Amino acid sequence: MSSLLTVAIFFALGCYALASLLVLVRLIGGPRAQDRVLALDLLYFHGMLIMLTLGIRHGSDTYFEGALFIALVGFVSSSAMAKFLLRGEVIE
Amino acid sequence: MSGTVPFWVEAVVAVLLVMSGVFVLISAVGFLRLRDFFLRMHPPALAYTFGSWCVALAGILYFSMLDSSVHLHPWLVIILLSITVPMTTLLLARAALFRRRVAGAADTPPPLTPPRRVE
Repeated sequence: MSSLLTVAIFFALGCYALASLLVLVRLIGGPRAQDRVLALDLLYFHGMLIMLTLGIRHGSDTYFEGALFIALVGFVSSSAMAKFLLRGEVIE
Repeated sequence: MSGTVPFWVEAVVAVLLVMSGVFVLISAVGFLRLRDFFLRMHPPALAYTFGSWCVALAGILYFSMLDSSVHLHPWLVIILLSITVPMTTLLLARAALFRRRVAGAADTPPPLTPPRRVE
């Protein structure tokens, strides 16, 4: 792996980390509950991107399955929380 | 998985990763700075589409050239996100509208279906 790709991977990881910090500010101080749900969904998404980038870094396919799993769990949790905000119940 | 990758592939993968990082950072800044929830729903779409597309295409290209065979499985991430993200966004928008209507904000649009009459 050349130094160009290594630098690009670390730049992308730094961007994801900084973006996660900014989203965390919104998660902690968000004025309403729906802001917090959207911020949590974005944090799941950033975790998935970090897993995919680390997979390229280590040249391994195994990270990809973890990324897919994080995307799936993020979808289920976000839609469950949105349903709870909408109806006051998750499973009616 | 072994082998080496030509330099132009590494350059293209590096450009895609840098673009994805920049897009995600821009969307996070927009998510933090915009002032209303319905405005704040828009910047994450930038990350959801451009971020995941760039990283998945970089993964497809890199793994295919590393193994000298076609690896299309990062495409699954794009397919999964294109199905799940609109559902989450729609549910959240409906929940936000409902909560705003219940809270009695002044400029909330009325519901499309008329309220059910209780006799």
